[in-house]
Amino acid sequence: MRDKTMTADEVVSRLESGMTLGIGGWGSRRKPMALVRALLRSRITDLTVVSYGGPDVGMLAAVGRIRRLVSAFATLDSIPLEPHYRAAREAGALELAEVDEAMLMWGLRAAANRLPFLPVRAGVGSDVLRVNPGLRTVTSPYGEGWPFSDGQPAAEPGRPGRSVGEATGTGAGPSPGAGARESGGQEEFVAMPALRLDAALVHVNRADRRGNGRYLGPDPYFDDLFCEAADAAYVSCERIVDTAELTKEAAPQTLLIKRHTVTGVVEAPNGAHFTSCAPDHERDEAFQRHYATTAWPEFAERFLTGDEHAYQSAVQAWHRERS
Amino acid sequence: MSRVTRAEYCVIACAEAWRGEGEILASPMGPIPSAGARLARRTFAPDLLLTDGEAMLVDVDGTVEGWLPYRQHLALVTGGRRHVMMGASQIDRFGNQNISCVGDWARPRRQLLGVRGAPVNTLNNRTSYWIPRHSPRVFVERVDMVCGVGYDRAARHPATARFHDVRRVVSDLGVFDFATPDRSMRLASLHPGVTVEEVRAATGFELTVPGEVPATREPTPRELRLIREVIDPEGIREREVPDRVAEGGGR
Repeated sequence: MRDKTMTADEVVSRLESGMTLGIGGWGSRRKPMALVRALLRSRITDLTVVSYGGPDVGMLAAVGRIRRLVSAFATLDSIPLEPHYRAAREAGALELAEVDEAMLMWGLRAAANRLPFLPVRAGVGSDVLRVNPGLRTVTSPYGEGWPFSDGQPAAEPGRPGRSVGEATGTGAGPSPGAGARESGGQEEFVAMPALRLDAALVHVNRADRRGNGRYLGPDPYFDDLFCEAADAAYVSCERIVDTAELTKEAAPQTLLIKRHTVTGVVEAPNGAHFTSCAPDHERDEAFQRHYATTAWPEFAERFLTGDEHAYQSAVQAWHRERS
Repeated sequence: MSRVTRAEYCVIACAEAWRGEGEILASPMGPIPSAGARLARRTFAPDLLLTDGEAMLVDVDGTVEGWLPYRQHLALVTGGRRHVMMGASQIDRFGNQNISCVGDWARPRRQLLGVRGAPVNTLNNRTSYWIPRHSPRVFVERVDMVCGVGYDRAARHPATARFHDVRRVVSDLGVFDFATPDRSMRLASLHPGVTVEEVRAATGFELTVPGEVPATREPTPRELRLIREVIDPEGIREREVPDRVAEGGGR
C-alpha cells in the first residue's frame, strides 16, 4: 500500500502559480492553515481560489496571491468580516466570482460527478447573475407530468416538449433586469458550472498514511467534495494513525475522506490553528482577534517568517506574554 | 413586571414570524431573532426545529435531537421546510436585500458579508428580515447588490420563483409586510411609542401606510417572564436595541 505522507512544503512543491485551488473547511472552522502557511512561504501566486472563505482567503489575499476568488463570503465567524479580504476587495485587488453558498456546493458536485454543470434554484432574480455575466441558465425540459408514463417527453398541454439543447440555447445570456423570460410555466435555473480544481487542501482530525481521513467534529463541511472535485487532493491532519486505529470504534460516517481521492497526507498537529478543529482544539479566539486587529506586516513579521514549527512557537510565546 | 422595553417588543414581533409554521426549521440570524424563535418554540409554535448555530438540532434546553451539517442544511433550504430571518444592510420597497457590499460591486466602498445564502434562501424557503436600527441608509430606494430577491424581481420569474415568500420585515420601529397590490412594503404595526412620522423619516422610500396602523402586540406575562428569566437573562436584547423610550423617545 502506497505511503502518501509528505511535508507541507512537499505539498506546495507540487502546486504551481495559476492553478485553481479548492480550500476546505468553512469560515474560521477546520481550515488547512498549516498548508496555507506553507503556501505563503512559497512564491506561488496568480491563484484561483474556491473556498467557503475564512482566514485562508484573508491571508492569501493579504499577500496578493489570489487573482480570482470563487466564494459566497469570507468570515472569521466570531468576527463577521475577514479584515484582509475586505481590504483587498475595497482596494480592487482581486477578481471576485461571487456566488451563493448553494451554488458553490453544486459547482463542486458537478465537478465531482464529471458534469459540465448542475441546475440550481438560486441566483435567478438576484445580482449574482449581473456580477457573473458568464453564468448561463437552463430551462427545465419537463412539464408537470411524470416523464416515464407514456414514452413521450412530458410537456404541458398544448406545448411541445423541449430538448435540453434548445432550452440551454434559449437560456443563454441572462440579464436579471430583462423582464419575463420564462415561457409560460417553464422553470429556469442557473446552470452552475463545474468547479473543477487542480488541487484541494483540507484538514481533518485523523488520517492514515494511505489518505483515508476521519473527522471528529460536528460538521464534515464539504471536504470530501473538495477532494472529489480535484485532480490532486492534499489532506493535513492533527494526527496520522494506523488504518486499524483509524477505523476502530469509528462510526462509519466519520470516515469522510477516501484514499482514492487523495494524493498526499501531512501530519500537522494544531494545523488548523487559529480556526477551530473540534474536538482536538477549539478556535483560538484571542489569537484570532489579534490577527484581525494587527496590521498585516506586523503580524506576518512576527508569526509567518519561519516554518510551521516557528509559527506554533511564536503563537505559544504570544499567549505566554498575555497570561 | 416592569414596563415592556422596545427590545422586548422586537422579540415578540420576530417570534410572530414563526406563528403557524408547524414542523419546520426556524433559522434566526442575530440575538433578537434568536430570542424570538426560542420564544415561539416555547409557546405558540412548539413543533419548530432549532439549531445550535452549528451542526446540531437542539431542543430549547439544549438537548440535542438531531444533526444538520451544512450539506443537509442546504438541502433542507431547497426542500423549503424552513423559515429564515436574515439581516439586511440595505432593503428596498419590494424586499430586495443586500448584505454583500456598499457602493460599486466591482470595487466596493465597503465590503460586507457577501451574498452568503440569500439567493438560494429567497427562492426556496420563507424569508423574513430583521433590522435592528431602522434608517434611510438601510431602507433605501435601490440596493447596491441584490442578494435576497424581492417581489418585483421574483415576479419576472414566476415559475422559478414559485416558492418565493418574503413574509415580514421587523425593525426596531415596527413590523412591515408586502400585503399591497404591487407587493411593495407596507407598515403592518408600530412598536408602542413609535409614530408613523418617525418611521417615514427613517425610511428612504415611499412606504404604504394604512389608515389605521395597529400596535405591535403586547407580550403576555408568561412570554415576558420567559424572555427575561429563561431565554435572555443577560439582557443581550437590550444591547442590540437600546430602550429609546427610557431615553425620552425619538432619535
